[in-house]
Order: sequence, then structure tokens, then C-alpha cells
Amino acid sequence: MSQTPPKPDLVTVNIDGRDIAVPKGTNMIEAAALLGIDVPHFCYHPKLTVSGNCRMCLVEMGLPAVDPATKQPVMDPATGKQRVNWMPKPQIACFTNATPGLHIRTTTPQIKECREGVMEFLLVNHPLDCPICDQAGECKLQEQAADYGRGASRFIEPKNVKPKRTELGPRVTLDDERCILCSRCIRFTKEIAKEDVLGFVDRGSYSTLTCYPGRELNHNYSLNTVDICPVGALTSTDFRFKMRVWFLKTTPSIDTESSVGANTELWAREGVIYRITPRRNDEVNDTWMADSGRLLYKKVAADNRLKQPLVDGQPVTGEQALAAAVELLQSQRSYAAIVGSGRQSVEEQFLTHQLALALGSVPADIVGRVGQGDGLLVSADRNPNVRGALVTGLIKAYPPTELTELAAAIDDGAVKMVITFGEDLLKAGLTTEQLAKLSLIEVGTHPLSTTAAAKVVLPALTVFEKNGSFINQQFRLQKFHAAVPGPAQARDDLAILTALLTGFTGTAQPAATVEAVWAELAKQVPVLAGVTWASIPATGRLIDGAAWASQPFVEGETLHYKPVPAPARAKAEPTSDKGQGPSDK
Amino acid sequence: MLARQSPCAIRYQRVHFCLLHSDFFLPFLMPATVKVLERRPLSFLQRTYLPGVLAGMRTTLRHMVAPKITMEYPEQRPPIPAGYRGVPTLVKDPHGREKCVSCQLCEFVCPPKAIRIAPGAVDASGPNAHVEKAPKEFEIDMLRCIYCGLCQEVCPEEAIWLQNLYSLSGRTRSDFVHNKAKLYELGGTLPDTHFKWDKKKAAEEAGNAH
Repeated sequence: MSQTPPKPDLVTVNIDGRDIAVPKGTNMIEAAALLGIDVPHFCYHPKLTVSGNCRMCLVEMGLPAVDPATKQPVMDPATGKQRVNWMPKPQIACFTNATPGLHIRTTTPQIKECREGVMEFLLVNHPLDCPICDQAGECKLQEQAADYGRGASRFIEPKNVKPKRTELGPRVTLDDERCILCSRCIRFTKEIAKEDVLGFVDRGSYSTLTCYPGRELNHNYSLNTVDICPVGALTSTDFRFKMRVWFLKTTPSIDTESSVGANTELWAREGVIYRITPRRNDEVNDTWMADSGRLLYKKVAADNRLKQPLVDGQPVTGEQALAAAVELLQSQRSYAAIVGSGRQSVEEQFLTHQLALALGSVPADIVGRVGQGDGLLVSADRNPNVRGALVTGLIKAYPPTELTELAAAIDDGAVKMVITFGEDLLKAGLTTEQLAKLSLIEVGTHPLSTTAAAKVVLPALTVFEKNGSFINQQFRLQKFHAAVPGPAQARDDLAILTALLTGFTGTAQPAATVEAVWAELAKQVPVLAGVTWASIPATGRLIDGAAWASQPFVEGETLHYKPVPAPARAKAEPTSDKGQGPSDK
Repeated sequence: MLARQSPCAIRYQRVHFCLLHSDFFLPFLMPATVKVLERRPLSFLQRTYLPGVLAGMRTTLRHMVAPKITMEYPEQRPPIPAGYRGVPTLVKDPHGREKCVSCQLCEFVCPPKAIRIAPGAVDASGPNAHVEKAPKEFEIDMLRCIYCGLCQEVCPEEAIWLQNLYSLSGRTRSDFVHNKAKLYELGGTLPDTHFKWDKKKAAEEAGNAH
């Protein structure tokens, strides 16, 4: 994962008269893209096998001439270079790999005519659905019809009629009329999801995408077929008819459902998130993400969202709640404990650690969440940021799923006050009797079973409403950004932590921004030395996790991740029922 | 800016700012071509004011007998020319189907952002299930609307029309936010030449035997 690949074998190819050196075997569509030349295509996808059935990527192709008898290059006396033998018929670029001296032409009249012809055939039976089609605005057929089509239809016969609203599965709706038979979805289910459920039936214009008899497209990666569908044939049932994509602004984010940290994109308009799609990161999630992570945005506008700061269950202002929390911290400082979270960002975990230090090195835990890994993009560790807690020093060892030490400390009377960051203490192994002995400060976004009993409740922001970073299972530091504003009374977790630190220590703290926290992080955490918020690239930055190699991490193999074999791993706890499945949010 | 002014004007400005409003230098700075006129005395007839009065009365009398050109608005209304851009409305086709499919192109194109659409799905068991999509809510803020007609021009379903209505009244700001019901009430039914969706439904029902 972190080793640099061996230097590739470069070959020079010529595209539209321009030479470019690319690794041998590079797909010619990708090679052309390096030169900024668009080779239109529908069925080709960089992360799937090539099927070459849409015929849109036709190019003229030529190879350097070699004398068949002598095997010597044939030189062109006019140019002094090796002559190029152009093939009489166009070839598809997607099925062509770079070989030395390969020439392609993408702008000749023949290719223009080819593209117009292919577009015309694709549009023969394509319905005029654009006004009601969710793909409009991000439709390859729409774009390429405008860029490479004839512009007018000559087709006067009635168009084919096919099923319009087939439920392929619980989350995917198929409009067969719009399908251009590119087979990307079939290849995805077969090759990536490894669950072969889709196929074509019937022939010619009547070809129809369908599930195998008795099967449905219900695996946890089904919505990726919607993402890769170049037209509006496969649509997300959740996003169907919700909003046109041209109104939506994208914000890069991270999937929080497990330690894989799949890169995502949030699509929002005017403070409302409409959908989450994967963002390409070839080191983490390629172009995929799990369906379960796509519905997490719904908790932003959930009815039960914590919006009101409370003290003893009574609504107060944010300042009053913070003052009450600081007072509690001061009065109970010798009996305090902190329950952080593996869902906090690195920055928040760092400040939580600072708070623990300020209180006098009080015990700080996070709650482990272990589920079943699916071997692809959901790992066994259902916390997105356990490694952040290790790196920032909030915890010293891999967290257990139950807070047994804290429970014992409460029973002993050593802990009488707990500040928890979104973790449900009852679900983490505490009993109601133990909870009754505690003064609880709760910082969180949604009510927990302990919220009613909490002394102070400070509403905070969800991952979609704030900036921060997570460290995933590869020790890859990845940023997420705020896409929408939070509720009026809720505060950024960083602001809450900074206010608590300021109130408790009485000294001014760095500003409650990720930039300011990173300035401190880089100073205090050796493996993050030299890192600034701005310098973390969009695809993440690997940090050195060697110091934690012996920790009993629970992740199994997933896409682009192989667990490091460690002797401690054999002794890893058996999986508990905590955090079963990503729906446990 | 200065280059466009006459040299004389520039000079005056300088005088104005530099010499502290002093009139002393003005005669020296004025152009040499200024001609001072003397007021001529009025004649006897002019002093009686009668020619002026009579000329005025002539205009008054001419208008007394001329045909009236004012209109008793609002009882009388002016004829509206073809292509007039009045209040935007939503229309139904002659079969009573709402034509808008909530593609939101009008919302996108609207320069003052007066249009707000909540898209929705058509009742799957109803007669128009094949249209699939229709607006759940459709609002046009007439305090924002600039009557440019781009919404009508962009509409792929010919569902939004700026018709003849030109005067709106209301007591509150919210009276000027036309919701879907109001827009259909104002729009009524317009003739259709395509019946695109009826053809689509007929094709769907006929199926494609193969």
C-alpha cells in the first residue's frame, strides 16, 4: 500500500500528431486524456474490464511500418521518420494498449462520421425523457450527443417500448428504454461486487437489462451501478426525482461507516444534502463506495437532532450550557473521566486529549465498534478514526468495545463525572445504576439513551457540517469539509472543546479552526510534524503508523488494504454484537 | 473624463478649486465671445396679455371637441397585443393533464431566481403514471419576477406561459408568491398540438411485439 511502484516501462505513442511517453500497456483512452484529448466513450470504465461494445471510441490507428522480409523499419524519405501504416478501418481506442510507435488520430473526417453514426444508432430507441430523467445534466449520452452527434434525428419510425420502472432491487430503479447496453453495471456486479445478478436478455433492439430469475440487485454496492451508468437507465430510488444535479454543489468528504474511509462527495443545495456519491481515490476506494454510507446524510435533518443546549433538561443558551459544563469540570476535576469517540475527527481527538491533560491526566477512553468486514469497502472496525485517537495520544491502546475500566472506576467512586462525545454509555457497557452515580456532560448531535439523564447537553455538528480529518486503516490522513451549515444553536465540536479548555484553564487557546489546531498538532505529535491543514491533499496523506503496528487492529483484507500480520492479531477479541452493520448509526 | 470637457470648463474647475471661490478673476477668465443682451421693452398688445390668453384658450377649446383618448380603467381594458409577456402561469393540456414535469429548467434559467420548484413523482396508479414526474409544489415570487419570459422559452413541455394578465394586487408579500394552485388557476388550459405524452402512453399500451 505504501511502497512506491517500480518505475514503469515507458513507450512513446503519437496521438493526433503529438508524441507522449506512457507506461507500456496504457489504455489509449487514458493516454489521450493525458494530452487533454477527449476520446468519447460509454462502455469503457477505468476500473472495469474492457468490453468494447459501445463503439463510441473509434479512432484511426497506425503502426510503424516494418519490412516483412528484412524486419527493418521502413523509413519515409519525406520526413526522415519511420513510415506509419494506417489501418483502413477505424479501431476502438479502449481495447488498444500503448505499444511503441502506435499512432492514433481522433479528429479526422472519418472519425467524425463514425461518431455521428454511433450516436445516431444509440439515439434511435432512446426516449425523449430528458425533462423527467434524473441523469440529465450529468448524462454522457446528452453530453456526447451535443459534442459529437449530428444534431437532428432522421428516425421517423416508432421507438421501441420497454419497461420504464423496474425495481431491480431495494435501492435501484431501472428504466430500460434509456439503457444503451454498455454493460458497465453487469461488469461491476461481476467483477467488483462479486455478486453476479445482472444480465441482458433478448436480442438486437429488444435487448433488455434484467436480474437473473429469482435474484435482485440488493447487495451493499448496488448503487455503484447507478453511478457508473452513463445514461439515466439505472437511477437511485432514494435520489429519484429529488433535485436536478445542476443545482447541487459538491463538497469532498469521507465515509464514516468504517475505518476504510472511502472518499465521498456530498451533493448539496442551499443547506440541504441530497445525495452522497463516491469520489475517486485510487489508493482507497477506486470509484466505489458502499450503499450503506450513502444514506448517512439523512441524519443531518433527522427529526430527533439535538438542537437545544440543555442544563438539567432545561433549555438554556449555548454560553450558559458551556458555563455550566466548565463549572462541573472545575468542581469535579478529581473525579472526571472522558469518553471520546472513534467518530471524532483527529482535531477533536487532539483537543479532547488536551482537555484530559488539563483536567490532570484523567482517564480517556473511546468505544470500539466491531462488525463484520465485507472484504471490499466496509471494514470490521466501524469507527472511522480509531487510529486518530492513537496518533493524537487520546488513547494508548486499541479500544475495547465495552468501558469496563470506567465502569469499575465508577463503582469505586473514583469517577463521578464523565464528559462524553457522542458515545452512548449504556450501550458501551455501563449500567443504569452506574449512570445514576454520574454527572454527565454530553456533546453530540443526536439523542442517546443517556441524554435525558445528562446534566449538560451541548449540541454539536455532524461530519457533514464541519471540517476535519480522519486517519483510516492505512494510516492515511484524509480531510472532510463542511457541506451545509448546522442548526442555529449547535456549535462546532472544536469550538465547544476550545471553550471548555479556555474556561477550565483560564488561558487563551488557539482559535477553534482546523488550521489553528493543526499548527498545534504538528508541534506536539511527532508523526504529524510538518503537516498543515492546507498541505493535506484531497486524496489523503499517508503517515507513519509503525509505532502502532503491534496494536490488535480488527480489520481484515479490504480493497487496497492488507492487514499487517502481527502476532497480537491472533489474540484479537472475538467480535461482539456492538455496531453490527452500518445501520447502527 | 477630463479629456472630454472643453478647455474652458477645465479652466473654470481650476478657478473654482484654486482661487477659493473668488469672483475677482472671473471676468479675466471668461471667453472673449460672451455677448451681453439688453431686455427689450414689451409692446402695448403684449402688456394687455390678451394674445397669450387667447392662444391658451385655443388649445383648451381644441381639446374640448377632440375625441377622448383616455380609458376608463379598470372597467375598460386595453387590447393586449400578441406575444405580450404578462404574469407567468402554468397550463394544462386539453385533456386536463398538468403539463409541467418539474424539470426545473425554468428555475435554473430564471434571472431573478423567482421560481422555486419541489419536484415529485406522479401517482403510480393514476391515469398519468406514464409521465412519472410532476411538481409537488411550484412557486413564483411575483415581487421578484421581471417578466422576461425566459421560463416560457426554456420550457420543454410548453407548460409555463406568460399570458395576458398584467395587473396583480395583494395586501401582503406572501400574496405575491403564486403557488401551484394559483398558477394553474391563472393559467387554465391552452391548446396542444403534440400530445407527446398521450402518444407515449398509446405506444406503451400497444407494447412492442417481437
